[in-house]
Amino acid sequence: MIDDLERIESDGRARAAAVTGLNDLRELESALLGKKSDLTALRRRLGDLEPDERKQVGKRLNAVRGELETVLAERRSSFEAEQRRRTLEAERLDLTEHAPGRRRGHLHLVTQTQQRLEDVFVGMGFTVAEGPDVETDWYNFEALNIPAAHPARSMWDTLYVDLGDPETILLRTHTSPVQIRVMDNQEPPVYIVAPGRVYRRDTADASHMPVFHQIEGLVVDRAITFGDLAGTLEAFTTAYFGESIHSRLRPSYFPFTEPSAEYDINCVFCQGEGCRTCGRTGWLELGGCGLVHPKVLEAVGYDPEEWSGFAFGFGIDRLALMRHGVDDLRELFTNDIRFLEQF
Amino acid sequence: MKVLLSWLREFAPFGDDAAALGDQLSDLGLTVEEMTVVGEGLEGIVVARVLETRPHPDADRIQLVDVDLGDGEALQICCGAFNMAAGDLVPLATLGTTMTNGMTIERRKMRGEWSNGMLCAADEIGMGTDHDGIMILDPTVEVGAEFAGAMGIEVDVLYDLEVNPNRPDAMSVAGVARDLAARVGVPFAIPEPEVDEVGTLHGRAGIEIVDADLCGRFLVRVLDGVSVGVSPAWLAHRLRSLGMRPINSVVDVSNYVMAELGQPNHTYDLALVPDGLLRARWAAEGEVIETLDGESRALTATDGVIANRDDEVIGIAGVMGGSSTEISGSTSSVLVEMAWWDPMSIARTSSRLGLRSEASMRFERGADPEVVDLAARRFAQLLAETGATLVGDQLDERGDLPARSPIRVRTARVNDLLGTSLSPTDIADLLEPIGFSTSPVEGDHDVVIPSFRFDSVTEIDIIEEVARHHGYANIARTVPKALAGRLSERQQERRQLRQVLLGLGVTEAMPMPFLAPGDLERAGAPAEAVTLSNPLDANESVLRTSLRVGLLKALAFNASHRQKGVRLFEMGKVYLPLGAGSLPSEPEHLAVALAGSDATDAVEVWEVIRESLDCGRGRLVPVEVAGLHPSRTVSVSLGGRVIGFVGEIDPSVLADFGIDERVAWVELDLDALLAQPHGRHRYRPVSRQPSSDIDLAFEVASDVAAGTVSSTIRQASQPLLASLDLFDVYRGDGVAEGARSLAYRLRFQAPDRTLTDDDVADVRQKVIEAVAKAHDARLRG
Repeated sequence: MIDDLERIESDGRARAAAVTGLNDLRELESALLGKKSDLTALRRRLGDLEPDERKQVGKRLNAVRGELETVLAERRSSFEAEQRRRTLEAERLDLTEHAPGRRRGHLHLVTQTQQRLEDVFVGMGFTVAEGPDVETDWYNFEALNIPAAHPARSMWDTLYVDLGDPETILLRTHTSPVQIRVMDNQEPPVYIVAPGRVYRRDTADASHMPVFHQIEGLVVDRAITFGDLAGTLEAFTTAYFGESIHSRLRPSYFPFTEPSAEYDINCVFCQGEGCRTCGRTGWLELGGCGLVHPKVLEAVGYDPEEWSGFAFGFGIDRLALMRHGVDDLRELFTNDIRFLEQF
Repeated sequence: MKVLLSWLREFAPFGDDAAALGDQLSDLGLTVEEMTVVGEGLEGIVVARVLETRPHPDADRIQLVDVDLGDGEALQICCGAFNMAAGDLVPLATLGTTMTNGMTIERRKMRGEWSNGMLCAADEIGMGTDHDGIMILDPTVEVGAEFAGAMGIEVDVLYDLEVNPNRPDAMSVAGVARDLAARVGVPFAIPEPEVDEVGTLHGRAGIEIVDADLCGRFLVRVLDGVSVGVSPAWLAHRLRSLGMRPINSVVDVSNYVMAELGQPNHTYDLALVPDGLLRARWAAEGEVIETLDGESRALTATDGVIANRDDEVIGIAGVMGGSSTEISGSTSSVLVEMAWWDPMSIARTSSRLGLRSEASMRFERGADPEVVDLAARRFAQLLAETGATLVGDQLDERGDLPARSPIRVRTARVNDLLGTSLSPTDIADLLEPIGFSTSPVEGDHDVVIPSFRFDSVTEIDIIEEVARHHGYANIARTVPKALAGRLSERQQERRQLRQVLLGLGVTEAMPMPFLAPGDLERAGAPAEAVTLSNPLDANESVLRTSLRVGLLKALAFNASHRQKGVRLFEMGKVYLPLGAGSLPSEPEHLAVALAGSDATDAVEVWEVIRESLDCGRGRLVPVEVAGLHPSRTVSVSLGGRVIGFVGEIDPSVLADFGIDERVAWVELDLDALLAQPHGRHRYRPVSRQPSSDIDLAFEVASDVAAGTVSSTIRQASQPLLASLDLFDVYRGDGVAEGARSLAYRLRFQAPDRTLTDDDVADVRQKVIEAVAKAHDARLRG
């Protein structure tokens, strides 16, 4: 019987090696190990043997069965791997063939810049206020301490609209009228920024547009000082432009602030070293600021002895240009998709 | 405003560090826009006299010029200019001279003739921008002399300052010197002009202020022995440095005094003024004057004028003189007028007549009414250099001048506003050197504002001066305690909508809100618009009432650059007139334009927007509206109100704008949309019970909107309907002409139990009946 077992094993190994597919393998499994197999027949005959011989042959029989099972399992897994390889190979894709379909949309540079500015100021405790683009002379000029025929009016080239008496209704020349509207509608304290569109009677060129964007800030509270103005602008400067960029204030003149100042920052192109963009001064002029003029506070019914405040304003578009190295303001408003998609 | 360092030094002993002085000027608010060293590089340039000019034997475009350097010897020069004649004095760059452009002058042959130097044009030696020929010099300069010395040129520093409207004092060299001297701590003084007076007036002149509200001060002096000629070289040079062209000895002195002391002034030929009488009054409506520039100008009652004895107008006060009394070569005696005019009247008149000048600029900022007599004597002193004499007696009258009572400046107020801790003494020490005189009053000060600071009237004006001279950089920076910052709901929703559109592959455009007349009509947008009264360009004179034109122009622009399939959106205001005298309404709109897409894409955009806003489904009703595709457009209603349109742009509008693709279009009135309930995104429990699907196909007439069928199904299958999907639309065999098949998949689910077959059969039957009844529809087998 031992000889039979040896034969079964060598025969089984040979047949397993010759099998060419999973179906044949399944048949072979049944032929070698199934109920009708020689191995099963031999097992049945074990009972006929003497105990000693039965023990020896039984041990050998189990070993042969184990060997055959292992051989068949190896064959099976090799066939399965091959089948899986073929199935997946049939699914092969050339991913570089992919044709560009829908592309992502792009936020306009001015919007991106405005949102960044809003985020910095919101983080500093400001809310964001808004006002109309078409304004009255009162909000744009009078309430801001710029009476009619004041020489300072020539600082703004104003576009007027045909509504009512001539030169009474206009396109706001700055975002400052929002200051007045906010103060008209609430009691102090006030901590707002007001981004928005403004209009000037300017011919378009690389650095001017008749329509552009500003952001205005206004704080009115008890005991607000010029030091608070300088500190707030410095905090904004480092938050927006980075830790290495600082601010300075220089005396200036605006009818609605006093003392007034120009707000400069270290040139972001040369980090203050001096380059062509900053006229070798190391500084970029960003905007204007100052303590809110007592007459402006009086115009909105705030007592200037009780409340004080500061205001500041600067252009949004220029910051957008600076960030991305765009050298012509007009480019922002061509709506050329080849421009818009770069950002 | 330009100033020379050498000129500033006539008022205060400033040091040599020009750059540091420039920084101080900037820090005082007199921003140095440019600092240049002038008068350098003139070594080797001498004054030469032309002896003779001769043609070059071998060239047409150069000639031979023999010059004399004072030793009588002729020196031959080849020269490309032909504007000089024998006897003229010209600048010559001698051999070995290095010009400012780096070129060194050498003896060389030009077409066979020796040239022993170079004759110079004005721009080659820093004397202006003139390059039309060789500079011809004043005949009185010494031949052979060093050019720089002969012309009064010294190496100097020129500052170009930006002067703000609130600094009338800084419109003069003396005023700039005063401010700078105070900052750097050196003494400042305006030298007293030394001038002899000869004789008395004896009634040769007279003045009268008729309107005191026009003229605050009127001072007139007479000078005899005036000869109108060339100014001394040093004076002409200084004017040139400031950008003023020397004209003649009288005009130049007039300009010099204005630049130095900030006092504009006017001269009359005394012989042409009857009795020498000048009267200051308002013009009568319609009076006419011929001004110095030869123009005839009609006046109004708000213009100030100078009239003569016979009440004829002979000048526009502070703006421009008249031609009838103009100084000429035959003038021997002049009246010099030094006045203070009402700044508002000067501003009005100069702007109305378009005559803004150095003089009007100073008057409208407010000149110094107390400098007039000094200015008159300075004028006489300077004109004395060309032989004029000042006649004794000055005529001087005063009208209305700004009141100058002391202003109380509270020390606590200064420190409260600036965030400083200045003592009363500190404050006085900052104010006194710039002319604000202080008297201590119980820890505060009474301050008298100087006459040269017309801008300064209240306590805050004086506090600004304290801050300026203390130095903005010396104020400690603090940050106020802020409130809670946030974006409003609308501001957050704008950002949300933008993000949603970006996800749909739509890019934000930013067209100008200005349109050309007719643009709105072309696009079918509301034509009643706000228009500009003073547009720069008629094509930018109408404010948009719709975002349509801007986006269509943007698509057309891109199409013309071969960019197709462009997907743009804009979120912005439109301007709707509400009648004369009122501000327009400015609702915020959102518009989406998808080139190369059809109305179904527009619907998809709307669906995504409404899901994002959770504003409800909206009712979509086919409509015909101007500018939009008549059979591919729906209005969108929320809460019974139309809040926008979804569909396509009318093909004829596209053709008109030059767009040859379909354009899917969404326009929403965000103000109206966001006024409806939205954005709650309320929780609905998710059922974990099994669900059952059924498919139903209905044959429905083509004019019945699928959306209404869907609504009917939804209503009929509540509350078990979990989702509804229109998965197929079919026209053709088996479906009646004029109808189509709409195939829906309905998924039913109960929150709390497994649905039975009876439940499903029951709701299925309800849906079939409801659809049949509402839409005359037939269930397909």
